[in-house]
Amino acid sequence: MDKIVKMRAKEVNFYYGQHHALKNINLKIYANEVTAVIGPSGCGKSTFVRLLNRMNELVVHSRLEGEILLDGKNILELDIDPVEVRKRVGMVFQKPNPFPKSIFENISYGLEINGFKDRRQIEDRVVESLKKAALWDEVKDRLHDSALRLSGGQQQRLCIARCLAIAPEVILFDEPCASLDPISTKKIEDLILELEKDYTIVIVTHNMQQAARISDYTGFFLMGDLIEFDKTEQMFTAPKDKRTEDYITGRFG
Amino acid sequence: MVKIKEKIYQWIFGVLAFASLFFLVGIMIVLFREALPIFKKVSLIHFLGGQYWYPTYDPPEFGIFPLILASFWVCLGAMAVCVPLGVGSALYINELASVRQKAILKPAIEILAGVPSIVYGFFGMAVMAPLLQNLFHLSIGLCLFSASLTLGIMATPTVCSIAEDALSYVPNTFREASFAVGASRWQTLTRVIIPAAGSGISTAIILGMSRAIGETMTVLMVAGGAAVIPKSLFDPVRPMTSAIAAEMGEAPMGSDHYHALFAIALILFLITFVFNIIAEIISRRFRVKLGLAG
Repeated sequence: MDKIVKMRAKEVNFYYGQHHALKNINLKIYANEVTAVIGPSGCGKSTFVRLLNRMNELVVHSRLEGEILLDGKNILELDIDPVEVRKRVGMVFQKPNPFPKSIFENISYGLEINGFKDRRQIEDRVVESLKKAALWDEVKDRLHDSALRLSGGQQQRLCIARCLAIAPEVILFDEPCASLDPISTKKIEDLILELEKDYTIVIVTHNMQQAARISDYTGFFLMGDLIEFDKTEQMFTAPKDKRTEDYITGRFG
Repeated sequence: MVKIKEKIYQWIFGVLAFASLFFLVGIMIVLFREALPIFKKVSLIHFLGGQYWYPTYDPPEFGIFPLILASFWVCLGAMAVCVPLGVGSALYINELASVRQKAILKPAIEILAGVPSIVYGFFGMAVMAPLLQNLFHLSIGLCLFSASLTLGIMATPTVCSIAEDALSYVPNTFREASFAVGASRWQTLTRVIIPAAGSGISTAIILGMSRAIGETMTVLMVAGGAAVIPKSLFDPVRPMTSAIAAEMGEAPMGSDHYHALFAIALILFLITFVFNIIAEIISRRFRVKLGLAG
């Protein structure tokens, strides 16, 4: 059976001013799979992932060519509201970034701006998403404490809960464990494997072991080029390109 | 040799740094010493609450209530102008303006902050007052309203630049987080950015107030100068600062009038002191909230 393509980049070129940051990228993201994006710093992997929910638009002096398809429809079309795209394609950032509000409000905020009015329904959704993000047991007695008092790992799971609450179809993780300790990292990784059943996941990571552990597909970026894209197993055992091999065996990066 | 040089440098800069503390204490001592004798003649209650300021009559009346009220109303009126103007432009510059607009607006506001207050006074007198006079058919354009307006414009850059700093301290990650859950620019602004910068913006407003209440030259020129309790927006008033500036020259040194003017200065000093302390407390809380302070 053929896999369902959830998102697809077609001939994507991206420029920061004069800098050609992404060069003719073609890549498929399969539904209900984890796709890892790896590569050394500055290779364009974060830039690429930020195109998938149009977060790049917050950067001035940038230019984008090509198409990015979500369920076959180009999300870069002028008549498509980026706000709508971001509701379907959620994002978790490198540094946990809860709002300076309570744990509860961190999640209810997204619900309220997305039109939820019924208090009861909002409360249910908050609890449900905290449970899904494996944070509920740790915070159930202090939902109205400031989110900034949580540990880094808890904050990151809160950010995941915040993202889950608005029921996205795709979740983008931009190096979600970069600022976390190994135990918190393990929790996030377990969570991602759990979420894979219901969501399509793209994760940018610096850590090749992490990519190997949790992803089904991997794309290797180098200086704005997508060097290789394949099943993770294939890529880590028998890479086709010499540069991929050098990178994953730790010869540079 | 080097060590001695180091010591000397350290000593010189230490003295310079402590000089401002020395001046502050000196000013306070002088204020208290020159102000207190008046309270042997009038009680504090009568001084603050008295409705008549006739310092040169016989017997004189030293009630500064009309002056306090004038300062209060002028300050409030100025706030009504500079808070929307200052905070609004700070929001625009920080959140909405293009790079190019920002490059024009920011320096323009900073230059506005550097314009001497006497120029604002001239502007108020020569432009604003006649304009209001014609517009509202007043007998005189120098009044509470024109003073508030001029002072409000004058305090705008203070409010704007401090509010703008507060907004720029709000980490970009908050904006990203908000956009990522599908918030619009407006929702992000009103529900994330402004609450996060709220105490910083309050600080800006309080410092603007402190600037407005302490301003002398402009109100002296524009407020009209009548030491009576104002009944309308278009009555001339005499705020505390302009009373001191206008009368200090004619009050014989050591007279009751002289001491009374110092007492006004003392009260003014205490008001701005309290404003500054409040602003400091709020801004510290703000830094803690955003995780900027240790």
